[in-house]
Amino acid sequence: MEKPKVATTSLAGCFGCHMSLLDIDDRILKLIQLVDFDKSPVDDIKKFSGDCLVGLIEGGCANEENVEVLRQFRRHCSILIAVGDCAIMGGLPAMRNGIPLQECLDEAYRNGPSVYNPSGRVPNADELPLILNRVYPCSEVVKIDYHLPGCPPPADTLWEAVVALLNGKPLNLPYELIKYD
Amino acid sequence: MSDTITFTVDGVEVTGRKGQTIIQAADDAGIYIPRLCWTKKLKPGASCRLCTVLVNNRPTASCTQPIGEGMVVLNETEQLITYRKNLVEMLFVEGNHFCMFCEKSGNCELQAMAYRFGIAAPKFPYMFPKRELDASHPDIFLDRNRCILCGRCVRASRDLDGKGVFQFVGRGNHKKIGVNAEARLADTNVDVSDDAVGSCPVGAILKKRVGFAVPVGQRLYDHQPIGSDTEAKARRSARGK
Ligand code: SF4
Ligand code: SF4
Ligand code: FES
Repeated sequence: MEKPKVATTSLAGCFGCHMSLLDIDDRILKLIQLVDFDKSPVDDIKKFSGDCLVGLIEGGCANEENVEVLRQFRRHCSILIAVGDCAIMGGLPAMRNGIPLQECLDEAYRNGPSVYNPSGRVPNADELPLILNRVYPCSEVVKIDYHLPGCPPPADTLWEAVVALLNGKPLNLPYELIKYD
Repeated sequence: MSDTITFTVDGVEVTGRKGQTIIQAADDAGIYIPRLCWTKKLKPGASCRLCTVLVNNRPTASCTQPIGEGMVVLNETEQLITYRKNLVEMLFVEGNHFCMFCEKSGNCELQAMAYRFGIAAPKFPYMFPKRELDASHPDIFLDRNRCILCGRCVRASRDLDGKGVFQFVGRGNHKKIGVNAEARLADTNVDVSDDAVGSCPVGAILKKRVGFAVPVGQRLYDHQPIGSDTEAKARRSARGK
């Protein structure tokens, strides 16, 4: 029987959630017996080879590429999980949500105390994805099936969740595995 | 013994004293009713509505309703649990709660309530409101991003400190915590040892330079849900002390 496939991605995240996934330690060997990784930084596969059972999304949507990738994941994954506070509510990047975009760009590329940029130009090459007016939680862009909070979620939370879903069991996380920090 | 009153909570018989509210008598009996704006030391404000129970089938704030003989109180019905979850989720999306760097995290009553209810994420869209921060005082922060308008600081400052440093300003969506009617904290007589400063259930009023002193794993709600100390009381007495 073919193994179910899992895809993962980091949108506007810091890869901390992926690090937490690696924190399941030697259970990662069990995991690769249970599933095949498809598109994911874990195996560096860039394109979906087909449809997946589970998609793990780290990070919210800060630019148009994030939106595009998130929509791809929704198209290819039966179960989409928002992993971590950034995917759930924007997280640290969403701290800019109360600040007008122009002000953020000026601070980052012109006026910030450590900026050296005599031309005063803000990066705007064609290949750079357009930045969005604010950071969007994933659930505002596509339908999300499960949320695993935490910054990052504990490795045990990720393990319990993935194993439950692979076995078709309901996801009932114990008290100590739901944490927002 | 005419001043004892017997009633039931979720079918369990509870005996309280005359003049007690439902939440007080329930606490004494080891039954936890969720609450955010009520604390033992303060007069009830009855604003958060988390403590709503059904009294003879009518929704009532248990922090203000006095107990009565033969009252039938329902606390943990499916409907009430859903209402409470919704309230907590709304408080999260109405403010800017970045728990990952909040000094109150692990000791926060709002967060603890969400943990107790097993909320993985709010189902409502985040509002990302624009709120003001007041860092003017040398020892105290006021970060309105995290304020849930429970009014505990208002009551504590007025009734315990005798100062009236905090009050509500504005209405509806624009309601916020004011400081001596629109001043800065530094311009008031608030002191870091005031009851008002310690009364905030969330990370909206914080003492400076003491954040993150308690490591993760040893904070108030890291292992045990909020209310479990109250409930442990009932388990102890059920075992016969
Ligand atoms: S006040 Fe509580 S809920 Fe809000 S950010 Fe801080 S810990 Fe989280
Ligand atoms: S500042 Fe704290 S105590 Fe005061 S109303 Fe806001 S949440 Fe309540
Ligand atoms: S605790 Fe009763 S209304 Fe807030």
